[in-house]
Parts: sequence; structure tokens; C-alpha cells
Amino acid sequence: MTFERRAAMATLLANRPKDLFVVPGLGSCTWDAFAAGDDDRNFYLWGAMGGAAMIGLGLALAKPKIRVAVITGDGEMLMGLGSLATIGVQRPHNLAIVVFDNGLYGETGMQASHTQSGVDLIDVARGCGIERVLNVETEAQLRELAGLLGTSDRTLFARVPIMPDDPPRALPEKDGVIIKDRVRRAVEKVS
Amino acid sequence: MSAPVQDTAVTWPDELFDVLKRADIRQVGYVPDAGHSRLIARCKADPEIRDVVLTTEEEGIALAAGAWLGGQRSALLMQSSGVGNCINMLSLIRACRFPMLMLVTMRGEWEEFNPWQVPMGSIVEPALKLCDTSVTKVETPDQVAPAAQNAVQLAFGGDRAAAVLLSQKLIGRKVWVK
Repeated sequence: MTFERRAAMATLLANRPKDLFVVPGLGSCTWDAFAAGDDDRNFYLWGAMGGAAMIGLGLALAKPKIRVAVITGDGEMLMGLGSLATIGVQRPHNLAIVVFDNGLYGETGMQASHTQSGVDLIDVARGCGIERVLNVETEAQLRELAGLLGTSDRTLFARVPIMPDDPPRALPEKDGVIIKDRVRRAVEKVS
Repeated sequence: MSAPVQDTAVTWPDELFDVLKRADIRQVGYVPDAGHSRLIARCKADPEIRDVVLTTEEEGIALAAGAWLGGQRSALLMQSSGVGNCINMLSLIRACRFPMLMLVTMRGEWEEFNPWQVPMGSIVEPALKLCDTSVTKVETPDQVAPAAQNAVQLAFGGDRAAAVLLSQKLIGRKVWVK
């Protein structure tokens, strides 16, 4: 099945453990994360395309006792594909990369991404040495993924196929300094 | 292709390492580089430093931002060609005012034999300055540690990007060993 993106994000963050930090990729994933409920533990990205997974890696390595979930789109992941190789070498136990894959560049007008033409991010993640790789196909698996964001003992990669819908924008704080300082304070609070 | 030639009389890479240690740098991102080989080896050997080998230098900018969110200081080691790969990602540093420490070994200048290194090498300094990065260029060994210490202070004291450019004059002509 394919999921409605806002509902999928809400499921992933529904029973969010207090030590779970989220790095949503720029554009739709940032709007989705904000729509699921504004939270000091969200490092909203309004730019830095291709950098979400590496921001997650830096945070996960710095604080092994917190959990980090990068939740990003297929286009953003494709721009930083090499970072999956870098993460496959580092393999922090507390990092999850979740890709909302609709095969489209949503923010620029729904143009096709490579994943529509046979590029398989699941195969890429496996090939990069990421040990736990999930292709989410059912509601039950999506709920299982939500649980794993708080408990997985290995680096996790998951692909969540989403519908090509375009829900209304939900815009969080835009000032990068405020977003950064909020997250830093939240990290200090839980660790 | 070529193995770096270690000269025991050369101490500036060790001095750079000491500056990183004194600054409590805990993550070091790098793309393998002959000019930085000794510093990279020192970082890899230190249990308190997580060395993160990258596929492209821009990954190191995002890594540094993430590390800082988690309360750790980091540094990015790269060659001048890598600076070009970082340009857009440096927006993250400027937009959020992250500290960003970069140590750059220069190519494309002193005794360069490869003309393909010249286009990027020749614009590193103005390109970084356009990205609101403080730039200090050093050409002699005695300037290295003070310049690095200054960059540490500018980056972590001022929440901004600071780079030290290590001249090819300092590193020497690339020696090919086959």
C-alpha cells in the first residue's frame, strides 16, 4: 500500500519517546513534521538539500544516548546518496533514516525523481552496509517502524511509499538560529 | 596512486592536531588527502575523536551542524577542490549560525603540475569569503598553529565559519611514488 504522508508522519511520531529527535528533510517532510505537532526536538530544515542524513549522523554520534530519526523525501535523499555510504561505514545504533518515497519532487511541481525509473533506495541502503532495512508495505509495518525509532539497536533505513498528494503547507519557525538553539537546549535537557 | 612522504622534521600537522585537541574537537570529517595524511592518522588513532570519512566534503558541513546540535565540536579537513563541493551546504552554517572549522590544504598554486587543480584552487579564498567565512592563509610552518587557534576562536566563539588555507608552499610539491 501507499500511505498518505501526513497520516504516516503522525503514526511515526504518535507515541514519541522523549529522547527521540527528528531531522525532517526540507520541504514537505518539514511541513509534515510540524503538522504532526510542533516540538523543540525537531530540527526543521528549510534548505541544505542533501544534508539531512548527515546532520542526523553528526547528532547521533555526538549523543549516543538519544535517538535520531531523519525523515526525508526521495529527492532530498538522492541528492545526498553518498551519505548513505558514509552512514553505512559509521553505523551508529541510534540513527534511523526514513525516506518518504513518492517518486516526485513535490516542492517544485511534482516532477519525476529517479525512484520512478527503477532506482531502488532499499537496494542502495543494503548495498551501503546498513544492516536493518525495511520496505514498509502495511499499516502494521508502519507502526512497527514507529516503535523501532525508539528502540532499534542498529542503524535503520526504511522506505515508506507515499501517495503523490500535496497537503496544505504547515510552516514552522523559519529562523535557523532559533531552530538550532531550541534543538540544542532540548538535547541538553534529555541527556 | 601516491603515498604521502613523511618527513619527521615537519611538525605542523602535529601542532594542528594539538590545536584540535585543546579545542576539544570530537568529530573530524574528511575526504582522504595527502596533505592532511598525518593529521588524519593522528585523529584516527585518538579514541576521543570520531573520524568520519566522507564521500564528498559537503557531507562534512552537515555532519558538523549535527554534531553541534548534540553539543560536540568538529572540524572538516579537505583539499582546496573540496571547498567547491561545500558551497551550497555552507548556507546551513550561515542560516543557523553554526560554528564551522575548516582546514584546507591548497592545490593549484605553488609548483602545481596538474592544471585541473588550478580552476578551483585559484578561487578558494574569494569563494569562501563570499560564503561569509573568515579565511586565513598560511605559508610557513610557524604560522600554522596560531592561525588554527585563531580559526577555532572565530568559529566557536563567534558561531560562524572559519577556514585556514594551508599553502602548497608549506605542503610541498606532490611527490609521486609508484
